[in-house]
Amino acid sequence: MSALTFTLKHRTDQRVDMSPLVCHLLKDLALADIGALTLQSGKRKLRVDELFAINGSDTQNIIIKNSVDNLDFIGKELDGGCISVVGDAGAYLGFGMKTGTLKVSGNAGLYAACEMKKGYLEIAGNAGDFLGAALPGNKMGMKGGTILVKGNVGQRAGDHMRRGNILIEGNAGDYCGSRMTAGTIAVMGQTGRYLGYAMRRGTLLLWNQPQLSASFNDCGAHTLAFLPILFASFKPLNSLFADATSAFNRVQRYAGDMSEMGRGEVLVKL
Amino acid sequence: MIINGVTIDATFAEAFPMKATRAIITAQNEKWALISAQAMTGFATSVIACGCEGSIERILDPSETPDGRPGVSIMIFAMGGKGLAKQLETRAGQCVLTSPTAALFAGIDGGIRIPLGKNLRYFGDGFQVSKQIGGKRYWRIPVMDGEFLAEATTGQVDAIGGGNFLVLAESQPQALAACEAAIEEMRKIHNVIMPFPGGVVRSGSKVGSKYKSLGASTNDAFCPTLKGMTKTELSPEIESVMEIVIDGLTKEDIAKAMRVGIQAVCDLGAQNGIKRISAGNYGGKLGPFHFHLQEIMA
Repeated sequence: MSALTFTLKHRTDQRVDMSPLVCHLLKDLALADIGALTLQSGKRKLRVDELFAINGSDTQNIIIKNSVDNLDFIGKELDGGCISVVGDAGAYLGFGMKTGTLKVSGNAGLYAACEMKKGYLEIAGNAGDFLGAALPGNKMGMKGGTILVKGNVGQRAGDHMRRGNILIEGNAGDYCGSRMTAGTIAVMGQTGRYLGYAMRRGTLLLWNQPQLSASFNDCGAHTLAFLPILFASFKPLNSLFADATSAFNRVQRYAGDMSEMGRGEVLVKL
Repeated sequence: MIINGVTIDATFAEAFPMKATRAIITAQNEKWALISAQAMTGFATSVIACGCEGSIERILDPSETPDGRPGVSIMIFAMGGKGLAKQLETRAGQCVLTSPTAALFAGIDGGIRIPLGKNLRYFGDGFQVSKQIGGKRYWRIPVMDGEFLAEATTGQVDAIGGGNFLVLAESQPQALAACEAAIEEMRKIHNVIMPFPGGVVRSGSKVGSKYKSLGASTNDAFCPTLKGMTKTELSPEIESVMEIVIDGLTKEDIAKAMRVGIQAVCDLGAQNGIKRISAGNYGGKLGPFHFHLQEIMA
């Protein structure tokens, strides 16, 4: 059974809400029924077969080809199965994702993995602001699962994050880990200003010394026993994080944000 | 049945259902992992007075441990789940949390989850940190040597306790040498422990006593000094009897351990003063698991 493939015929002027095209909603639907589904684009509703050429039949393994950055809500609340995006993805990629796998070969827009609950999201390019964050006004961002970004991420990555892992091979923008309640964000590249702003708990694991606010206190150099276990959990990933040479257990520990609860930590590789 | 001059009695060991758990203790080196494991499984020879039966199952290679450090696998058995959980937590708190460089991990992934580090975390007084890695929750508890890392829970499973066999010899040194040989082989078997000191018990017991307050008393039928005073099970040449008790996760595990243990004893044979192998039972009325010696050695 070949993967159900949606090949974009042309780029629309308005943004497209892709949320109906997820594995669990397409289960047991015939190709004709899938083609007859409608997608919201601006104030219009477009038939799926008007926008995409549809091939294949495996609804639990979806490929979106020629994808562009105005296709929003790809993999929204995905509840099992696998979606591969060839190209870029718009905003709200993997929004509220429950389980399953979502992979993007290009870049992703704002709010990728926003309020994600579980599963695995991989972005081969860059991700926009508010990766794994909460919607504006909400208090709970990503609650579980793993996000891997091979490129750079924008500002406010992990804002209000509650649980799970965000792994960034590149750089992170300003306010990385802001208002975190728990979870782990690992950044191999550089981090911006206001790292961990108002974080309450959680771990920021860094390969490079950050510019820290005055509300982070130095707790000294330590060898931490949980780090080998954390790195071992990255081994199945297709990432630099899986490379044994990337692993370390000796870190400088900074506690913060002392202007908040102050139980969070920034661990910097020594 | 006679093996190398050693008579295998046509009898059986009678064993009981128990609850069991396993934990893995790692440390900076094997020496400190062993120290912690020995402390945790100390005073855990018999449920009669210790509340549980526990021992080191085996020493683990660093490649087998969750954190890649030298480690030791320990198992604890108790008559009920509540008692087991209490013993595990108390022992972990007093013997592993306190032990320099030690970390504590689950040794059974399935089964009913019982607390390992879940409640020990409160020792951290609010500074403890939780990490969920690969679906498992760990607690990082700040302590004076750094951090004590403990997995939140481990698994509790149904198990069997009280598998046993008796070594009947012409002298005390010969009985002990045979038991030592048996224990050395039995420790190679996974999923079993021999909870008594060094794996060997010299004070096998029978149910009941002439004293009303005691539920168990010396097994006079196998006491060599009482041969002329009681209904003895011993022939005149037997001068010493020692017992090996085995707790295991399954009937097959215990049978396997008994087989290699008895075989090691028989390999020493009659020429080394070993005369008989027997087993302890209560007539088959109390325990549902029966390990027939001749079937095991067939």
